[in-house]
Amino acid sequence: MKRRDFLKAATVGVGSIGYTGSSQALMREPLKMPPQAVGMLYDSTLCIGCKACMVACKQANEMPPEFAGTEQRLYDTPLDTSGSTLNVIKLYKDGTREIKDRAQDGYAFMKTHCLHCVDPSCVSACPVSAMTKDPLTGIVNHHADRCIGCRYCVAGCPFSIPKYEYHDAFGQIQKCQFCSHLQAQGKIPACCDVCPTGASLFGRMEDIQQEAKRRLQAKPGDTYSFARGMLGGDQPPHEAKIPVYQQSVYGEKELGGAQVIYLSAVPYDKLGLPTNVPDYAYAAITEGIQHTLYQWFALPFVLFTGLLAAVHKSTKEEREKDVSSTAYEEDAS
Amino acid sequence: MSGYQPIGGKLFTKPFNLFALLALIGICLIAYRFIFGIGAASNLNDGYPWGIWIVMDVVVSTGFGCAGYALALTVYVMNRGEYHPLVRPAILAGLFGYTLAGMSVMVDLGRYWLFYNLLLPWYMQPNSVMFEVAICVLAYTVVVWIEFAPAFLERFGLHNVRRKLSKLLFFFIAIGILLPTMHQSSLGTMAILWGHKLSPLWQTQLLPLLFLMSAILMGSALVPFEGNFASLGFNRPPETHLYSKLSTYVFLLLGSFILIRLADLTLRSAWGYAFEQTTDALMFWIEMALYIVPFVLLFKRDNRSNRQIIFILSVCLLLAGTVYRLNTYLIGYHPGPDWNYFPSIMEILITIGMFSLEIALYLIFVKHLPVLHRAEAEAA
Amino acid sequence: MSEWISSLSNIHEAATPPIGINRREFIKFCTGVAATMGLAPAMSLRIAEAATKPQRPPVIWISAQECTGCTESLLRSTHPTLEQLILEHISLDYHEALAAGAGDHAEAHKHSSMHENKGRYVLVVDGAIPTKDDGIYCKVADKTILQHVREAVTDAGAIIAIGSCAAWGGIPSSGPNPTDAKGLGEIVTDKQIVNIPGCPPNPYNFLATVLYFLTFNKLPELDDKGRPKFAYGQLIHENCERRPHYDAGRFAIEFGDEGHRQGWCLYKMGCKGPETHANCPSILYGEVGSGAWPVGTGHPCFGCTEQGVGFTKPIHELSDVSLVTPPNSFTDIFQTKGQGVSVGAAALASGAVGAALGASAVIASRLGKHEEGTSEPQQTD
Repeated sequence: MKRRDFLKAATVGVGSIGYTGSSQALMREPLKMPPQAVGMLYDSTLCIGCKACMVACKQANEMPPEFAGTEQRLYDTPLDTSGSTLNVIKLYKDGTREIKDRAQDGYAFMKTHCLHCVDPSCVSACPVSAMTKDPLTGIVNHHADRCIGCRYCVAGCPFSIPKYEYHDAFGQIQKCQFCSHLQAQGKIPACCDVCPTGASLFGRMEDIQQEAKRRLQAKPGDTYSFARGMLGGDQPPHEAKIPVYQQSVYGEKELGGAQVIYLSAVPYDKLGLPTNVPDYAYAAITEGIQHTLYQWFALPFVLFTGLLAAVHKSTKEEREKDVSSTAYEEDAS
Repeated sequence: MSGYQPIGGKLFTKPFNLFALLALIGICLIAYRFIFGIGAASNLNDGYPWGIWIVMDVVVSTGFGCAGYALALTVYVMNRGEYHPLVRPAILAGLFGYTLAGMSVMVDLGRYWLFYNLLLPWYMQPNSVMFEVAICVLAYTVVVWIEFAPAFLERFGLHNVRRKLSKLLFFFIAIGILLPTMHQSSLGTMAILWGHKLSPLWQTQLLPLLFLMSAILMGSALVPFEGNFASLGFNRPPETHLYSKLSTYVFLLLGSFILIRLADLTLRSAWGYAFEQTTDALMFWIEMALYIVPFVLLFKRDNRSNRQIIFILSVCLLLAGTVYRLNTYLIGYHPGPDWNYFPSIMEILITIGMFSLEIALYLIFVKHLPVLHRAEAEAA
Repeated sequence: MSEWISSLSNIHEAATPPIGINRREFIKFCTGVAATMGLAPAMSLRIAEAATKPQRPPVIWISAQECTGCTESLLRSTHPTLEQLILEHISLDYHEALAAGAGDHAEAHKHSSMHENKGRYVLVVDGAIPTKDDGIYCKVADKTILQHVREAVTDAGAIIAIGSCAAWGGIPSSGPNPTDAKGLGEIVTDKQIVNIPGCPPNPYNFLATVLYFLTFNKLPELDDKGRPKFAYGQLIHENCERRPHYDAGRFAIEFGDEGHRQGWCLYKMGCKGPETHANCPSILYGEVGSGAWPVGTGHPCFGCTEQGVGFTKPIHELSDVSLVTPPNSFTDIFQTKGQGVSVGAAALASGAVGAALGASAVIASRLGKHEEGTSEPQQTD
């Protein structure tokens, strides 16, 4: 291969990363919802802000209390999910805060924790497989024994969910793992189990999605039977009126979809969810680029062969004469 | 072609003492970080999990470290043997850039004691951009030591080994060009994963290409920068004629970089963000100015042989690369309206310590190892 | 019993000393009343003074569609001889259930009292008032209650609607409401009415209101639904003894389950505490010791004091947790976190950048001199 040709090929190779503009020429196939996916529906309009789920979460996962929000060390007052907190009820408030679930002069609750993305960035980011997505249930788990603590998952998560224990010299990443230890015993996630209104509702992903659709289709003001704990579980439902929902389910398409989906009466961006996002995961782009460049390691191999040839040729003189060493030998002696 | 030699001279000079002291402070604070944790030593938080330790000490520092890569590309691929005198100092820059980046990574890693997991085949995650970067940087650090090994072998008189190595060196040089091509572009790919968290002024699918180009630009700029420092500091003749020739390549590369950058911004209709009253916009214009000024200076052919101007534009280009990478990794990175980050004093001192260590080691190396070119020194 | 009933027939006689109660116990009672209203202890003397005034304020008590529960609960207060206090210190000139006299006699007495005490008497109404077909579904002495009430209201000094039925309609008014029963407030719209809702209401809330009126000659502070704020100013949820269980997320699911036996929060069983205003958890009921109120005994509050809740919402239906202002202890959607710029760090960072730029500038200027022909480069290390 001539050097010129090689350079040309290399340029084309690098250039094939290509400008793609709005198209996703390099995107890899988006991941699909796993076959036995389990999920959660968080209905902000049902949430009463009792924080029972925060308490249950701490107990179920043996997390320490956090005294970030107050001076007094009396109550667990996390400001956000953190190395000590996997689940937080946050408050949207505006103006006089008179009416619940109203964007203007109202307030609304928001439950912040891992969304267990269908195509998770953290799993794609992790260099050592410490973040895994269960092929059957789709739960995104973290394995601290593998983690090297690079925190690329923290930076990479579009919802800023994985958190590192900065206060600890030997800290680890913490994130909601959907109480997989409880699910292994046939139980449901602690937050859904205690939720008094069914605002956090656990269930099979298919059922959960249908339930969300049903609520959107029901007429506002109509009495509706809201399930509690688990969809189709043994907790008795309760009846309430259908509120005026935002007419979309958050997490259905956003960033490739999630296994925790949201319903709310106030716009989702008010609840801190990113709304101006594509319906594919960013990981699909980065992995697409990586797969294009490194498929079968072909491109690097071609590049390397060319480089080898070029370098071999240009160092010929050096190899044969070995000038620099002799020069120094003379000097040293 | 002729050889390299140590320049000798007194080691404990004033600048060396200063840098050694700063490095020592840095090392003490690193010990503090390992005892009390990342949170105690830095302002890193869950919004900004990567601060200046990663951005300055790794992303920017390896950009500087691409001096060896950039020159190897010119000397061995373009087959421009006349630049040979510049190769070893450039490789030395790569050696420090990457080794200290590796050290900084260990300081920054939350679970550094499990670092070896990266090398365990059953944990490897080839879809991860981070995995590719980590392995490549690790491998390149080894390669750059091998590339630099002749200096040690010459110094300690192991000429047989040196001869054998020089027979194989072409292989390592080739790898030494391949690896930075891979991981410097991947450093850009890494930021693509941030999606909407990175300002549209920097977020583009061309990040890998732009990062690769910025690495070569930074590496190429480091050569005259370091050379001029050395020439003034060690009373050596300038190698301006070599830099002038090199500047032609830099001019072309810089031109295409600016062109791609502007075209990309236009095609993505991201210009609006550049005219907002934000830190992002300000930093964007600083970055742009630092790229465009050298380009304009290089337009005039006379400037390419002016030692002062070459130095100034090399400083501009190094700053441009630094600001570009800082912007992509920190300034333009917005985890949400609710997160703050500014490095703590300890954090800054550790970063200063790392760079000081680099300079102090450089002073030791050039004085005691054959790094700088002899022929030129004799000519003085 | 016969003692105080006989005293009723002597209502025109001068005040007699309290029967069966010594002064010490009486002051104690008055102090208790003052405390219920949140008044200073010294006020108890003024209350005692008012309660023992020779001129006893006349009270006309009209019963509409009611169950007599309000009267019964008042009678069953266990304070020492409470009933006697009422009978001795107010002049209960008309009360259908308690009056000894009947028929024309009682009616005549009511009219003469109203005439004599024009503008001074206290009118108490219990029970909802039927309005359909001109109110023919509830009649006393050949006149509808509607007529009686309108008559009595005209010259009343103060009007108290006792019980949920009188306050806003209560049971009779909740669907299907065949008699179109209404609360007193809907009949009388031009006068201030004090509502003491509850089913039955706590007698002390009533007594405290009456004694406040006697003491200060004005009504206590009322909320927008005409309820005295001292009694109905707070949600049951705010003072509930089971509140810690709510905060900790421990809920009973059904009667008799583990959580119910442990005394956990009854919210999930439909407790209306979070939307019902009353002081039940503070003053309890019937004075038989701690826990003597619905939630204390393990039954969810059904919201009897709150219009639109009690008798309207099913008992199992979850209450709307209405927080007038959401508590401050919630974290904001966008809560500022992370360390910003410190002066020291900023100085250090700019110092480092400045030093690097400065060194470069020095070199650049020296290089400039070189270009101009200075032959000897300076030793800088």
